[in-house]
Amino acid sequence: MVLEPSFQGAVLAAPARSSHRSPVSEAPATRRVLIAIALLFLGFFLFLPLVAVFVEALRGGVGTYLRAISEPDALSAMKLTLLVAAIAVPANIVFGIAAAWAIAKFEFKGKAFLITLIDLPFSVSPVISGLVYILLFGTHGVLGPLVESAGIKIVFALPGIVLATIFVTFPFVARELIPLMQEQGTGDEEAALSLGASGFKTFLLVTLPNVKWALLYGVLLCNARAMGEFGAVSVVSGHIRGVTNTMPLHVEILYNEYAFQAAFAVASLLALLALLTLALKSLLEWRFADGIAAVRGH
Amino acid sequence: MAHAAGVIFRQPSVIPGFGLALGFTLIYLSAIVLIPLLALVVKSAGLGWSDFWRLATDARTLAALRLSFGAALVAAMINAVFGLLLAWVLVRYRFPGRRLIDAFIDLPFALPTAVAGIALTALYAPNGWVGQFLAPLGLKVAYTPLGVIVALTFVSLPFIVRTVEPVLAEIDRELEEASATLGATRLQTVSKVVLPSLLPALMTGFALALARAVGEYGSVIFIAGNIPYVSEIAPLLIVIRLEEFNYGAATAVAAVMLAISFSMLLLINLIQAWSRRRFGHGA
Repeated sequence: MVLEPSFQGAVLAAPARSSHRSPVSEAPATRRVLIAIALLFLGFFLFLPLVAVFVEALRGGVGTYLRAISEPDALSAMKLTLLVAAIAVPANIVFGIAAAWAIAKFEFKGKAFLITLIDLPFSVSPVISGLVYILLFGTHGVLGPLVESAGIKIVFALPGIVLATIFVTFPFVARELIPLMQEQGTGDEEAALSLGASGFKTFLLVTLPNVKWALLYGVLLCNARAMGEFGAVSVVSGHIRGVTNTMPLHVEILYNEYAFQAAFAVASLLALLALLTLALKSLLEWRFADGIAAVRGH
Repeated sequence: MAHAAGVIFRQPSVIPGFGLALGFTLIYLSAIVLIPLLALVVKSAGLGWSDFWRLATDARTLAALRLSFGAALVAAMINAVFGLLLAWVLVRYRFPGRRLIDAFIDLPFALPTAVAGIALTALYAPNGWVGQFLAPLGLKVAYTPLGVIVALTFVSLPFIVRTVEPVLAEIDRELEEASATLGATRLQTVSKVVLPSLLPALMTGFALALARAVGEYGSVIFIAGNIPYVSEIAPLLIVIRLEEFNYGAATAVAAVMLAISFSMLLLINLIQAWSRRRFGHGA
């Protein structure tokens, strides 16, 4: 816990010259200058870009805005984005739970290495995350002839987009669950099992309630990235308008066609999603700080 | 029995589901991450050493790698300074709206990169909100390497704040009191007592920010102008080579980038191991 600097100062400081200036904090003027610099930096780098999205989106009036987000290509992009997230997020939830169960509830060799491997996708450039699937399933890819003869289209189609999205959002759920479940140990599960609960029942009624906020936290971050991913999806999508365009790709196409207002209109929906994600994430951090892992930052 | 003890893979446990959970984890990990990355390795090995070297040291490739790396380094340094300042202000001071601003720091994680890219371009283009005031000063941000730095600073902003914040909050204030009673000025206390214990967290955050910025694509391509040899980043060059169906060149650039990223990942782990030995806690 951080002590209130001014309060602490009032107790410690000698009532001589600098009446109640704490020896373990900065002078009020210094404090104000530091706060001002910090806020100015955030204003230029975070706040202004966010405001710009909404102002540019509404520049041509509400009518134009509504038309831009309700035209058929925009709607099909929204549908595709929702569909991709609806497949990728549950897939990574199942994986996250399985990985956390194996890693947190058991002691085995190579565990640290496995955790490193799970985090690997975060250190790969999004473009490379898309490229690897082209090298694997593309026409000249390692498995390309095989999937082609089976009549399956992966690259430049929905499966490729889903795979690339799963790749870039791979660690989100697992890395929220693993530290928390390691911290919680195995005592609760052992008690349930010794009282006669089945393994599945133990998981459902003991483990899952213990980690529900962390799970929700991971899902939130996973979903935000899944819906907003650009680089990886851009490489595998092939940019077929109305067919393989997700919302971020649609923003790019509109922007490159100089349809700036429409680009910002679609972008504003994604910005709203980001704000909603931040709000829910902060709510979880404030209300259920104990229920989510102490580790923050991604 | 002695032989068996040597090869015990896991310690016995009454909890069920180890085989299923670990089996699924390994299959899923292999299918989604390891095998595709292996395809990249196989493909670049298939190029042969001399071809690979020619493609990887091509002048345009080197210029792109230099820009990606240089701009990411500058962005990480900007964020080291301002990230430390932000963490300090958010942890140590109380002012209205502090919690809201603290939550807002994560915006670059939540905002899709393409949205950030077009928004920053709208601000820093020569006729943009901020750009129009910089243009008379002869300062061009968008469509120059400076624009790349601005975009990378945006995307890597939260890393250092988020790694330093928890460590700063945990620091024992009694050390600072001791330093003050021994006659140190506030500046001496901060620079000689507080900052050294923040160093591992700062380094971890720096490495994370750098790793993220080097690979960044979406936010950069709108603001960079993408002029070959000048403002073309390495991930964009991969995309351009792919669009030319030049898979060899795309693979070579990707392999170089991947090698760099993995070295940085190793570096992060080494810093954390060092920090645990030196300070008794991870960064």
